[in-house]
Amino acid sequence: MITPTKSGLPYLIVTFAIIGLALIGFRHFVSGVPFFPGAKITVWSVEAKIRFDAGGGSAQANFVLPNAPANFVLINERTASPGFGLHFNTVGDTRYAEWSIREAKGRQTLYYLVEFEEKENPNAVKPTPPKIEKKRFLNSLATAANSVLEQAQAKSVDNFSLARTLINDFKTPNEQAQLLLQNSNAAQRIVELLMLANIPARTIDVVLLEDNARQQSLNMWLQVFDGDKVTVLDPKGLINPNTNRWIVWEQNDGAVFDLIGGSGSTIGFSMMKKQVPLITSLREPEHEPGLLDVSIHSLPLSEQTVFKSILLVPVGVLIVVFMRILIGLKTSGTFMPVLIAIAFMQTSLLTGLIGFLCIVGTGLVLRSYLSRHNLLLVARIAFVILSVILIMAFFSVISFQLGLTEGLKLTLFPMIILSWTIERMSILWEEEGPKEVVRQGSGSLFVAILAYLAMTNPLVRHLTFHFIGLQFIFMALVLWCGTYTGYRFSEIKRFAVFAK
Amino acid sequence: MNIKKALTQLNPIPWIAVYQVLKKRGIMGMNCRNRRYIARYNKRSLYPLVDDKLQTKKLALEHGVNVPGLLGVIRQQHDIADAQTIVEGANGFCIKPAQGSGGKGILVVLKGEDGRWQRTDGRFLPPEDIERHLSNILAGIFSLGGKSDVAIVEELIQVDPVFKEFTHEGVPDLRIIIFRGYPVMAMMRLSCHASKGKANLHQGAVGVGINIANGSAVNAVQKGVSILRHPDTQQLLSELVVPHWEQMLRLACACYDMTGLGYIGVDLVLDKHKGPLLLELNARPGLAIQVANNAGLLPRLRKVEVLSNAVSIDERIEFVRNNFGQA
Repeated sequence: MITPTKSGLPYLIVTFAIIGLALIGFRHFVSGVPFFPGAKITVWSVEAKIRFDAGGGSAQANFVLPNAPANFVLINERTASPGFGLHFNTVGDTRYAEWSIREAKGRQTLYYLVEFEEKENPNAVKPTPPKIEKKRFLNSLATAANSVLEQAQAKSVDNFSLARTLINDFKTPNEQAQLLLQNSNAAQRIVELLMLANIPARTIDVVLLEDNARQQSLNMWLQVFDGDKVTVLDPKGLINPNTNRWIVWEQNDGAVFDLIGGSGSTIGFSMMKKQVPLITSLREPEHEPGLLDVSIHSLPLSEQTVFKSILLVPVGVLIVVFMRILIGLKTSGTFMPVLIAIAFMQTSLLTGLIGFLCIVGTGLVLRSYLSRHNLLLVARIAFVILSVILIMAFFSVISFQLGLTEGLKLTLFPMIILSWTIERMSILWEEEGPKEVVRQGSGSLFVAILAYLAMTNPLVRHLTFHFIGLQFIFMALVLWCGTYTGYRFSEIKRFAVFAK
Repeated sequence: MNIKKALTQLNPIPWIAVYQVLKKRGIMGMNCRNRRYIARYNKRSLYPLVDDKLQTKKLALEHGVNVPGLLGVIRQQHDIADAQTIVEGANGFCIKPAQGSGGKGILVVLKGEDGRWQRTDGRFLPPEDIERHLSNILAGIFSLGGKSDVAIVEELIQVDPVFKEFTHEGVPDLRIIIFRGYPVMAMMRLSCHASKGKANLHQGAVGVGINIANGSAVNAVQKGVSILRHPDTQQLLSELVVPHWEQMLRLACACYDMTGLGYIGVDLVLDKHKGPLLLELNARPGLAIQVANNAGLLPRLRKVEVLSNAVSIDERIEFVRNNFGQA
């Protein structure tokens, strides 16, 4: 058996394939791009509306922002606050927006809009337990606190069940509990009692997610620690209730909103649930693209559109390679069908086909007249180009007069390529007769239509645009085709006589 | 059921069965030829030697290989007017584009009884048409990629009368595949009415496989179908024996030595007076020769591939005679 020269080409093919697969795998499993364009994600968009009265001088507002909650991934955030300067700051685990203005008087409104995708957040910030600070209760309060705590401890087995028991006890308070609630609220008292029992706990501010809810306020929930474990308890005493219905907005033992130079602040939350095709959310990158995560999405939107069609060309090229090397189909001009397919994409298939046949047909008639005049080649081609332009103009005008605006798209055909096609077909006609012209012409059109169908397929468009690694797979495939020495499909038919 | 029946009519032998037969008999496909033989054994820099018939001719003369006589070369548009003086006194001539491929652009002109030029089928050929043809050649219509070209005007070949009954119009030629200096397969191409005097198989000419050992016919096909007799003359094709066989093989082998191209098709003709002549060389010879011989090229190419090519023409021909003879 003869083997090709030892050029290391198989290694190159395998390398390209591995690079391609790795890039595709990275995009899919790490960046989360789905293989199918239909995939949708649930997005909650939450808008916080902050209103306050400015005192007339400078004003500064600090607003705590949610920081990497466990069950949501932040995909987009923006603010609207005309006149205010804005900074995003992170101190420790707390992220906040800081609005400031030199001079403001009267009612002020600040907006903060955030979009969360409903999914496990791998980079979630784990809350840190607060330092135990034991409150000194005085006199009767101390007795009441100890009694409530002891009763609850008797009924519970661990930190979390203790917290739950306390919540229930304060819901239907006995005398001692009522005493405790006189100067404080339940959540605050529960935290104090838990701290008394050496259990780290805090109140947190939670936004409840409810589709189309408006002007919601923050809810005070409990966060209780037990060693490494941490749980959240709602006011009903449920431990970690349905995790997709709420977002921890603040868990830093401080206020959600801090205002200097103003008064009468209110915060209201509105929210909406959306089903968004994944691709839209990808357009807004939430982080710096890493080296492995190079994607066309880091380009400006207008360049992205250009690349969207450029990245489709390899699909057409691949089809031509398959058709010629594996199938053995004859086309006039190796990659001409790809260019025709690109034109079809802009004109729509039917208009494109009719336009192509009209232009090439008329061109062939003109060219057959030319061949009687012994023109030099370059001048002849030039004349064909000029005629093609006139033919295009003519058909465009005719179709427009007939009310068919589709005809205007004929100008999108590659003129030079069409002229060469006409020239080549005309020579073919003279030498081999019309049969061969029809054979090669229809072969080219067939490949062009195949390429068109592939290049307009939503799945193909999605994959080529979002998985740059696919280009490496194409390279590997083309290289492999270049080493293929087996029979073409057409040769099976051609040499069938040997099997008779 | 009907569909199945219709399918079997369309495709009497299943593809996979054909594939297995082709594989077993070593039929060479286009991809295999291009990658394993042409790309490997034909150095790109040597292509002009065969793609340009003028260079081939010069090379052949230097190496003492016989070629049809050259009447003149027309290089410029304004030389076209000289064409008539070049062919003056000749009984006929042949115009070829130097860089034409696949027999494109070849015009054979005969002198009629009235002294005017005519085509091979006897139709009158006005001088303007000859000039237009020359102009087209110079413009590069027939050359690959439309490069501007030159026109070669050659003496007409006087077909040896042995072939009289085997051909209709046109000139029969002999194609021999030379691999690394060894002749591996041969066929005669006979023009017929269906091929309009052309000797190209895809245009309908008859292909006759020739036993490489002795020059006798082994099989004949037309348009991919086996035939026994020439469609126009009804001559039994199995009676065809190429004369001067030894000389033909030597001539073909010499073409490897003069070009250095490892895988070529050598086209030879037999002239009544001059004997075997080299018509042209082809660095991308077609695969139809396998159909004409009812044999695959691969087994022979594999045998030659392991041989030394630094041996004399005599030794090479001796090897071929002993190994590639067909029953």
